[in-house]
Amino acid sequence: MAVWQKIKNNENIYYALTNRKVQLGFSLFFLIFLLSIIGPMITRYSYTEFAGPGNHPPSSDYWFGTTIQGRDVFTRTVFGLRSTILVGFIGGVIASFIGVIIGLVAGYKGGLVDEILMMLTNVVLTFPTLAVLIIIAAYLPYRGIVNMAVLVGLTVWPWTARAVRSQAMSLKSSGFVDLSRISSNHILRILFEDIAANMFSYIFMVFILQFMGTILATVGLEFLGLGPTRGISLGLIMQNAVNWNALELGMWWWGIIPGLLLTIMIVSLYFINTGLDEAFNPKLREF
Amino acid sequence: MEDSEAVLEISDLKTYYRVMKGDVKAVDGLNFTIKRREILGVVGESGCGKSTLAYSLISLDKPLQHISGEARLLGQDLMQLSKKEKRKLKLKNISIIPQYALDAFSPTKKIKTFIKDLVKQHGRRADRDFMNKVKERFQIVNLSTSVLNRYAMELSGGMKQRVVMLISSMLNPDLLIADEITSALDVTSQRYVTTLLADLRDEGIIGSAIFISHDLATLYQIADRILVMYAGRLAELGGADEIVHNPRHPYSRALISSLPRVGIQHKDRRLTGIKGTPPDLTDIEEGCRFRFRCQHRTSECDASPEMDQIQQRHYIRCWNYKSLGSDQNA
Amino acid sequence: MRKNNEPILEAKDLTKIYSSGIINKEYTVAVNNASFELYPGKVTSLVGESGSGKTTIGRLILKLTEPNSGKILFKEEDITDIEGRSSKKDYYRQIQGVFQDPFSSFNPLFKINRVFDMVFREFELEAENKEELISQSLQEVNLNPERILDKYPHQLSGGQLQRLLIARALLLDVDILVADEIISMLDASTRMGVLNLLVDICRDKGLAVLFITHDLNLGYYLSDDTLILHEGNLVERGATTKVYENPRHPYTQMLFESVPDIEEKWDRSEEFIPEQITEVVEEFYQNNREEGYKEVEENHYVLMSLPDNIG
Repeated sequence: MAVWQKIKNNENIYYALTNRKVQLGFSLFFLIFLLSIIGPMITRYSYTEFAGPGNHPPSSDYWFGTTIQGRDVFTRTVFGLRSTILVGFIGGVIASFIGVIIGLVAGYKGGLVDEILMMLTNVVLTFPTLAVLIIIAAYLPYRGIVNMAVLVGLTVWPWTARAVRSQAMSLKSSGFVDLSRISSNHILRILFEDIAANMFSYIFMVFILQFMGTILATVGLEFLGLGPTRGISLGLIMQNAVNWNALELGMWWWGIIPGLLLTIMIVSLYFINTGLDEAFNPKLREF
Repeated sequence: MEDSEAVLEISDLKTYYRVMKGDVKAVDGLNFTIKRREILGVVGESGCGKSTLAYSLISLDKPLQHISGEARLLGQDLMQLSKKEKRKLKLKNISIIPQYALDAFSPTKKIKTFIKDLVKQHGRRADRDFMNKVKERFQIVNLSTSVLNRYAMELSGGMKQRVVMLISSMLNPDLLIADEITSALDVTSQRYVTTLLADLRDEGIIGSAIFISHDLATLYQIADRILVMYAGRLAELGGADEIVHNPRHPYSRALISSLPRVGIQHKDRRLTGIKGTPPDLTDIEEGCRFRFRCQHRTSECDASPEMDQIQQRHYIRCWNYKSLGSDQNA
Repeated sequence: MRKNNEPILEAKDLTKIYSSGIINKEYTVAVNNASFELYPGKVTSLVGESGSGKTTIGRLILKLTEPNSGKILFKEEDITDIEGRSSKKDYYRQIQGVFQDPFSSFNPLFKINRVFDMVFREFELEAENKEELISQSLQEVNLNPERILDKYPHQLSGGQLQRLLIARALLLDVDILVADEIISMLDASTRMGVLNLLVDICRDKGLAVLFITHDLNLGYYLSDDTLILHEGNLVERGATTKVYENPRHPYTQMLFESVPDIEEKWDRSEEFIPEQITEVVEEFYQNNREEGYKEVEENHYVLMSLPDNIG
């Protein structure tokens, strides 16, 4: 798309790619991402099978050791990583999509449309999200990765909507928006080319935050036992480990490693975001 | 004015911005003197170095660096002083109203808080004696002392500028530098603020002033002498009346003849600007910097003109000014 | 064929009120019952200080905002209430604007040819001759198409960008051009070039120009008629020479006194405090028994007292 080419020429991209925090965060995340792709391909076990003796520390056969029941922790971890990332992505996309659309329309149109949309936003914002999720999750006939992600995505968008709205409101008074209006541009074109395109960096950062947020929310649910009924995720592994007192029983590989990977992933995303904030905000750039 | 002491003596001052792409020669060999009770107007296009001159005198912060030359304030060379020593001079001997002073007002702070913060930044305390003196000075700027308790957003631009002028002149500095103090104001406030600067000098509250502006007509109202700067260098320096009514330098002439005035309508007489744009000052070569836009350019102009004295306290840097006569139409 | 002494646009009693706050609403009257006309081939300057409402009037005429009351007649047709993209499109074929800040008038992500493409696309101009037409209009504003079209806004100067915007406006063969402080952000040496260009083109094509400015000297230089705005009120209007040589409203008089002149210095023995202006003006309104506008000479009107506010 023509818009994408314009964005590529942007000096913002340059600053983003050369920022040390972004580079660090991105490298870490990329490694973890690679692990989630390659890991499942190189392991010889499946994540449900009883691969060997229980309570076995990491060894050449079982790289991350085994659970108390003898499942391979490495296999479970890398598959879990895969679904957790997928969850983050789906939830992030849904939340960002809804939040951006609502924010754009409310910010640009103003007036009654804005008031109605903001009322809606505030209502969803004040939902006791976790409680709602717990209730809905408890009543679902089956919990899969995808529908959990969708559910979370549908509840975390308000923050994005408000942030995008305020950016849209300030962009709408730009000279080039006036020019588009007296050129009789269609409102969708104005919203996309003039407003959204000029907050692309912002939207990107918002997406990363929603990605993180979705993961954390689903891990939270999983800890409460509301994880997927089929499939696997990092939260599920961690929950099992806690239930089986992995740490007290000395199975540190089961208790710590999945959680550690999750933490590193979240921290790397945080670094990326902070770095992007510096890159996109000229006043924060290091010289 | 002949026997007044010199408050500021600038000799061959050069200060450049040292950045990655090279040296931006923003102030490149300036020479002038300001005597007590004198107001020097400095005029030029944006980028000509007039604001850089101001910063050079007040605070030389990287990437701006002193290259050579002197700037003596009452005998002391400002370029050789440490930050600590310069701080002592601030507000008391030399003071500045920076170009974007109005932006420094936080809309949610009361004026008296702003004043206290500003004074603190200059390393002084706004104690009770000080604040009493401030209140006395409010009269001079035609503000009621109730302004102290108001918020910045309640005041107009002109009123805020008066507060800034008040504070900058509180300790009766020998030299006050006013950098574009009227540009962001309405026409009616511009007149008031400009005359206020002259009043402060008349009352002896400030010893002398440098009044920087791109608006020659405003400068003319109160300046004793006017320095026309172009691309970091002096083009012409002389008495205000001389510069405005009998300019010698091609740039000064072009500047004056491009000023719209009541009395000239487009259908009667066409005013033209100066073709071309000011040069990039990064690593700029030698030669008269105005030559690319000058109608009277000759081959000599490829060498930098030296400073010539036309009459007492009237200087010019131009090879060809003598042959131009005193016709105003450059 | 329109006669040149018939106005092409008439504004009647335009009022714009801004409100802020939800519980304790505060109202600001930005424009109060402004009435004026624009004539083909004539430059009308709208002069005022900040907060006078001059930009609001420009936006009202360009239909970027709607008045709370009043009418706008274009070619004798009431266009005040037109809504919807297609009806506004017809209007924009005949009126265009150039704004104050050249850099913010361009979307920084796109090359500058986008502003021309937009016009061709939306107003369905002949695509076959597109390059030629654009080239021609650029040359009319003294720009070289080859060096310009492929660039991004930040690569060009303010003066070049303003010329581009004038060229863009002219692509449509408009009848009215609204120029809002178009040179105030330009360097001193580039200003006159852009201005002279504007006036030349407008006189050649018989355009009506509304030139919004705070610079009185410029207003005199350029315009045939002058409108003086004070706090949303049109306090004086008429032929430029008459208004400038014989100002009758106290605000106009004080405004002119504040302008620095290189022929004559200010009389510094008079003290001149900006805050007093509002008082003097109010006194003037109260002391006048006449209501509304008075014709003090032919084509020269002065506001003698404040019209009633609406709402």
